[in-house]
Amino acid sequence: MIEIDGLTKRYGDKTAVDGLSFVVEPGVVTGFLGPNGAGKSTTMRMIAGLDRPTSGTVRVNGKHYPSSAAPMAELGILLDARSVHPGLSARSNLLALARTAGIGRHRVDEVIELAGLSEVSGTRAGGFSLGMGQRLGVAAALLGQPQTVVLDEPVNGLDPDGVRWIRLLLKSLADEGRTVFVSSHLMSEMAQTATQLVVLGRGKLITEASVEDFVDHATGTGVLVRTPETGRLGQLLAAPGVTVVNDGTDLIRVSGTTAEHIGAAAWRAHLPVYELTPTHASLEEAFMQVTRDSIEYHAGATR
Amino acid sequence: MSAPAVQAPATATPATVAGPVTQARVVRAEWTKLRALRSTRWCGLGAIVLIVGLGAAIAEGGAPYQVTAANPAAAAISDALLGLMFAQLMLGMVGVLAFSGEYGTGMIRATLAVVPSRLPVLWAKLIVLGGLVLPVTLVCALADFFTATALESARGGSVISLTAPGVLRTVAGSSLYLTVVVIIGLALGALLRKTAAALAVFAAVFFVVPIVVNVLPKITGFAPYLPSNAGGSLWGDPLGAAHPLSPWTGFAVLCGYAVVLTAAAAWRLRRQDA
Repeated sequence: MIEIDGLTKRYGDKTAVDGLSFVVEPGVVTGFLGPNGAGKSTTMRMIAGLDRPTSGTVRVNGKHYPSSAAPMAELGILLDARSVHPGLSARSNLLALARTAGIGRHRVDEVIELAGLSEVSGTRAGGFSLGMGQRLGVAAALLGQPQTVVLDEPVNGLDPDGVRWIRLLLKSLADEGRTVFVSSHLMSEMAQTATQLVVLGRGKLITEASVEDFVDHATGTGVLVRTPETGRLGQLLAAPGVTVVNDGTDLIRVSGTTAEHIGAAAWRAHLPVYELTPTHASLEEAFMQVTRDSIEYHAGATR
Repeated sequence: MSAPAVQAPATATPATVAGPVTQARVVRAEWTKLRALRSTRWCGLGAIVLIVGLGAAIAEGGAPYQVTAANPAAAAISDALLGLMFAQLMLGMVGVLAFSGEYGTGMIRATLAVVPSRLPVLWAKLIVLGGLVLPVTLVCALADFFTATALESARGGSVISLTAPGVLRTVAGSSLYLTVVVIIGLALGALLRKTAAALAVFAAVFFVVPIVVNVLPKITGFAPYLPSNAGGSLWGDPLGAAHPLSPWTGFAVLCGYAVVLTAAAAWRLRRQDA
């Protein structure tokens, strides 16, 4: 579990993280969303104790991480920038980290295998592609079988196979009862991986919700209807809370009612319907809308 | 007597293989890194070649050394250890890179994330580097001593024994000097974090400032207290017979620099964002 309370980080007069409070629960994958510069990486660095908060507290599994006796059992972290030594092989990089917690070669080989790095484990990490570097970073994060796993943009630079690997890996870690906190700017990726979301904008918490609630509340769901009788169907559906958008083609977008209701209404009025598709706003759209609001709010407030 | 095996109670905490961080474990981790790095091997090899090779070359050249009242035996050994002057640059570089290399590559974030109390990393690097450099340079200095004295006596120079006054101190002192120099490099790397900056300061302090101080009469009085000159009193006599510091006092001054720099490095490591 990660508990963040009133967390603030200032660099000079720039506030990177501003009074952030949220909780990341174990057993589910929690996504950490926000536009570039929102403060995601800074927050993750403070979770790992690499940056000292200006004020506020971070607790990992109920403890102050820098004073934990067995840090690698508590937290495994992948940070966005490369954090490996290019002059050392993948294996030496991992072994050096493993030694600090008395983890043996057997486990090192296990995570190398798990990350799909077996063939390059003896190669200097400096020659690695971004994707291989990410795999090595994920291997390092998993080395100690930590109770909490924090990954900053793990799918960056990964091929589709690697993306699928990360997705399955995160789910299996959560299923084992671990806390999984993962940032991404790929909202569609989050929709497939995360259950819970923490959304950040300009260093402030915008929302903390389940992926489902987030999508539902951010933009309503709707139904796409293809019919030659767009005008008549539109009149038929008119009701408080129902909006019908017609872009001039034979396709209308109806929100505020269900596909069942539209289909039944059309059938009763003997109107032909060629297509009836319930749609959900993508996480992408929901995210854009929510963060745009936050940015506008801040811009307005400074005037 | 063995306790009966007890089934561990089922808990909600997932399995882990990681044990507590101890200073000994961090030392092993640092040894793993240092041993696997190519720069360590090349700089180490370079230092060995410089100390032993240059010593042999010096003994081969010039007039055979004759020990007299004005030319003590220890001075002959100091001459033969001249390669140490260059070796200290290579070893200082190993020291600097041990820390600044991690900041430059970003590995420091991984290192400090698994040892979030941080200071054990500094102590571990210190122990590993010191523990490697001290025996290696001692063997080099002894090899240099035996090669140089054998070559000298074969050419008709005086036979110098390890037990002659000041000789053992010179040989062992050169190794102690280099060890402290490496620690100063390490502390500079940790304090300044940038390889270029730390190397520039190291080279300035050990190679440029001594020359500058020597040519400026107003501050010449400070010359014996510079790290290289103070430490030099243990293994050689860079200032000649006029050196105001006794060998061990000079060495203590050198150690003082190392302690102050290490303390500053520890303070920055502990207090500032990584």
